[in-house]
Amino acid sequence: MHELKILGVGILSWITFLPVLGMIIVLMLPKEKEKTVKWTALGITLLQFVLCIVLWMNFDNTLAGINKIEGFQFIEKFTWIDVPGFAWTNRVVIEYFMAVDGLSMPMVLLTGFIGVIATISSFSINKSIKGYMALLLLLNTGMMGTFVSLDFFLFFVFWEIMLLPMYFLIGVWGGPRRIYAAIKFFLYTLFGSAFILIVMLALYFSSKDPTTGAHTFNVISLMDPANLLPGSLLAGSLTTARLLAYAALFIGFAIKVPIFPFHTWLPDAHVEAPTAISVILAGVLLKMGTYGMLRMSYGLFPEAMVYFGYALAVFGMINIIYGSLCAMAQKDFKKLIAYSSIAHMGYVVLGMSSLTTQGISGAIFQMFNHGTITAMLFLIVGVIYDRAHTRNVDEFGGLANKMPKYFGLVIIGFFASMGLPGLSGFISEALAFLGAFSVEPIRVITIISTLGIVLTAAYMLWTLQRMFFGTLPEKWSGLTDLTAREYFMLVPLAVVVIFLGVYPSPILNMMATSVNQLVDFVSKSTSLTIMGW
Amino acid sequence: MLISISLLILFLPLLSFLILIFFGKKLPRQGDWLGTAILIICLGLAFYVLLNTGASDKFNAIYNWIDLKDAPGFGPVKINLGILIDNLSAIMLVVVCLISAAAHLFSTKYMEGDAKYNRYYAYLGIFTFSMLGIVLTDNLLMMYIFWELVGLTSYLLIGFWYENPGPQYASKKAFIVNRIGDVGFFTGIMIVYVFTKSFTFSEIFAAIEAGQLTGGWLTAAGILIFCGAIGKSAQFPLHVWLPDAMEGPTPVSALIHAATMVAAGVYLVTRTFPMMSASALTFIAYIGLITAFISATIAITQNDIKKVLAYSTVSQLGFMIMALGVGAYTAGFFHLVTHAAFKACLFLGAGSVIYGMHHEQDIRNMGGLKKKMRITYLTFLMATMALSGVPLTSGFLSKDSILAGTMAFAGLTGGFNYIIPILAFLSAGMTAFYMFRLVFLTFHGEPKNKEKFDHVKESPLPMTIPLIVLSVLSFFVFFSYNPIDANIGWFAKYVPAVQTVVPEAQRFDFQKGTTEHIVNAESPASETHGENPAAVEENHSAFTEAVHHAHYPAMGLSLFVAGMGILLAFAFYKWKKFSADAVAEKIKPLYTFSLNKWYFDEFYEGVIVKGLLMLTQAFRWFDNKVVDGVVNGAAYVTERSSSGTGKFDNSFVDGLVNLIGSVVMFFGLIFRKIQTGRIQTYLAYVLFGIILFYFIFRTM
Repeated sequence: MHELKILGVGILSWITFLPVLGMIIVLMLPKEKEKTVKWTALGITLLQFVLCIVLWMNFDNTLAGINKIEGFQFIEKFTWIDVPGFAWTNRVVIEYFMAVDGLSMPMVLLTGFIGVIATISSFSINKSIKGYMALLLLLNTGMMGTFVSLDFFLFFVFWEIMLLPMYFLIGVWGGPRRIYAAIKFFLYTLFGSAFILIVMLALYFSSKDPTTGAHTFNVISLMDPANLLPGSLLAGSLTTARLLAYAALFIGFAIKVPIFPFHTWLPDAHVEAPTAISVILAGVLLKMGTYGMLRMSYGLFPEAMVYFGYALAVFGMINIIYGSLCAMAQKDFKKLIAYSSIAHMGYVVLGMSSLTTQGISGAIFQMFNHGTITAMLFLIVGVIYDRAHTRNVDEFGGLANKMPKYFGLVIIGFFASMGLPGLSGFISEALAFLGAFSVEPIRVITIISTLGIVLTAAYMLWTLQRMFFGTLPEKWSGLTDLTAREYFMLVPLAVVVIFLGVYPSPILNMMATSVNQLVDFVSKSTSLTIMGW
Repeated sequence: MLISISLLILFLPLLSFLILIFFGKKLPRQGDWLGTAILIICLGLAFYVLLNTGASDKFNAIYNWIDLKDAPGFGPVKINLGILIDNLSAIMLVVVCLISAAAHLFSTKYMEGDAKYNRYYAYLGIFTFSMLGIVLTDNLLMMYIFWELVGLTSYLLIGFWYENPGPQYASKKAFIVNRIGDVGFFTGIMIVYVFTKSFTFSEIFAAIEAGQLTGGWLTAAGILIFCGAIGKSAQFPLHVWLPDAMEGPTPVSALIHAATMVAAGVYLVTRTFPMMSASALTFIAYIGLITAFISATIAITQNDIKKVLAYSTVSQLGFMIMALGVGAYTAGFFHLVTHAAFKACLFLGAGSVIYGMHHEQDIRNMGGLKKKMRITYLTFLMATMALSGVPLTSGFLSKDSILAGTMAFAGLTGGFNYIIPILAFLSAGMTAFYMFRLVFLTFHGEPKNKEKFDHVKESPLPMTIPLIVLSVLSFFVFFSYNPIDANIGWFAKYVPAVQTVVPEAQRFDFQKGTTEHIVNAESPASETHGENPAAVEENHSAFTEAVHHAHYPAMGLSLFVAGMGILLAFAFYKWKKFSADAVAEKIKPLYTFSLNKWYFDEFYEGVIVKGLLMLTQAFRWFDNKVVDGVVNGAAYVTERSSSGTGKFDNSFVDGLVNLIGSVVMFFGLIFRKIQTGRIQTYLAYVLFGIILFYFIFRTM
């Protein structure tokens, strides 16, 4: 079993709570020392990213994880809350249970990476930077914790922790309609959380841990049907209660992804959020939804997942086509990218729904690539908005010659978003399509979804043409090309996008064993003939 | 060894791109010499590969790219990249490197002084890299990857002068139209992968032969893969992007939009030819035919020198596709090669003219240039003759083989298919006519624009050398020592017909009963050289027999239609026997129909693009008003009802509480009267109480 401890504390705890430590430091710094605040935050996120790399270096690709604790790595498992049972209450055991496998490892890396990029991008914030950085760091902990938790209660705690800083970051540092956007985001997500909470409790009361004898929140234990009490609410297979529980969990996660029709909070949140928050939102936060589906929905309700597999594929298709068409109609550059982000999450959903190795690998890889590519696109929006203070696509023109270096990076970002081979997005999209296509019931859906490829090209190239080609309007003659700071946030992303486009194996190898295990587990714990799979 | 060399050929242009894009501005002459030198080296290496690859040799190298390990219910998922050198790729290597080198050299003068000069050469480099990738690959996925990269470079080069609206629209249109075809291509790849679990050509063919992919899916896969070719090779109905692509620099038009990239579709069909079922092949043949015919009718009336050449390219690509569709495999590929040389020559010649005329492209403003541009004129004329199918040229050999193929096909299948040779010959005749029209209007007669004409002089050497080389290559001797029969030339022997692998039931009748296969799936990289006698013998199938019989009639007919076309061109534009304008006036509707390119653009723009834009607006409205409306509505309802409950809370729940309070207060008021605070009163109460209790307890 892989273990890695620093000062007696497991590396996953370090990675997760380092930002909290940073937050405390930042809060103790005097308000005037803005520079110190910024560099402290950057230092902390860099350190966290380095730890993620260390984690990756020590990560064993051959271990599967998913539903077997032996396959997990860097396990930290302690009893967190233990209330002994008395009278009519049972013993309550909640564990502090963290570990990674091939499913979470790419997400941990992504979170670490985007965390650094977002912090660099935040350097341009000039309104009470101290509070901002503190919240940003807290947000980081929430996201990271979600990806490494294997106790449903702990998972939920991190899931909720993330809400609070996000609410303030949009509501305080956002654009003109920030209050509306922040409240919408908060309430919408909370609404979803309520569903997750119900399912979590239902699972808890249906379960019995073989060792403690108490109910359990341990996700690994919950995945084993033997640990569900016979006759309890969620025992059995394909019962109405289980299907309902799956649907409830789906809504909770779907809001985060976001899946149509739960997506309307996203464009508003993006448009109002400061650039760095958009980067985090698109880069990491959305993945919590799809990650939750893969980890929780697939693992806990495998047969329901297959039962609703067709519906899931349809949702993926709708996201792709609907998102693309809406993106094409936007005049606000940021809103356009927001809708394109919705469309690109559709590929994740479509690939996931196939329940094939290719499809799920494609989905997870797409989660990673969407993280880097969309982050890049939002940074690109930020660069021009910082200079021009408008995002109306039609107000621009001829920027290619005015800002050639910016243009070069824009080309990479846009074409990556279009799924151009040689850039990372292509491989994940192709794998997702290949996986989905190989499943006969959703073959037609896959073919319809491929239209998204054309639509994406259409709106991306149209945007490129309107903003970058042609003649420069007089009022923009003062625009300047990228600054060093902007280089530092855009170039690393571009390098990753190109590198993984040419050589995707580092990420794909990381997840291959786990994905195969997941497919195997889900298909074995259910008869795939339910839907003619 | 050959593999390493081919990898070198592949990656050298990429190196050129990387150097020029990052450091080009700092190099002397912005590094054009570097790009050109690299391509000339590549050309030499390509010749070496060609000379060392026998007709039946297959050198294959496979590199694992993606490994998803052992997938449940599927087996090992290994996605490989691979290099395959065989007769097709060896020839294509030379063609691509030759044309690319010519375009590089030509551009040193043509593009001189451009603001983005280094970027231009960098783009040429990455284009060549991508194109060579298509040529060298041994599998469909890698083909698709480079296919898209070629699309990107084509986009960048068409839109090279993106300051102007023309190139902007043209580049966007090219990319999107190509993407439509590519979606089909990708779907075809998915079908193939799902059934055969492989992307590699040889493995796919073996699996199809083993019966893993049959019936409707096989035909669908064939047609969908061909969709890629419809896009890239500008076939009907996606041909509309190519004429617009002429907005790019002219050497780019020569390299990408005449000789190499647009031929990639033909190459794709050549590569996948064995897996095409009879239905798929018929579909391909008709698409090619329609394309060849429509674009020939359009080319007749165009006035822009590059537009004429563009439609002629579309038409010739149609010929190649049609040839493959009717089963004339060798002829189709042969025409690709010969056409690459003379069409590149024509485009570069046009570039030379445009350069001399200071960016004048309208042939109505030209004329008389042959006196001033001797070399350009002669090379242009040579290439025109090749394109028109005049004897002793390469074009005569290849076009003749295609026409013989269509006749053989019609003879073997009969019925409606006779339309194929009929329209094909008609198109060949039109080709001769519009090409000579172009020559006469451009180079003969009186100069129409005296002012510009006075400044014209022959282009400098870097521009004329490529012209001379390419025009010389349009002679028959480079392909067959017999000027009227291509079948005995080295080319036909080097690229023999291949056997189909589709099930018997899905073949043409004339393909049946020939099951020996040339496409050997398991053959490892053999370092043996020399010709395989079996490959040559294979030529004697029913189809080659029919082609053999059709050869002389086809040649006679093709000579006749070409002669008629040229004669008409002479009559109209040289001897002025008839007035072209008068004839145009007489057939006005037909003329305008042709001049407006059959209104394809208007249809696409007006119906499809407009429709799509309206659709997006509808979706936007739906998203804002309906989906988000529900969300905001829910928020509103919650807010309202909360204020309702607030009122209820205030008036009723709180009211109840207050009521209790009031009652208590009421009694409090009463009791306050009792509570006076005076000890005497309290004593009186106590006394009163005791007396009360006394009486109560006494009664008990």
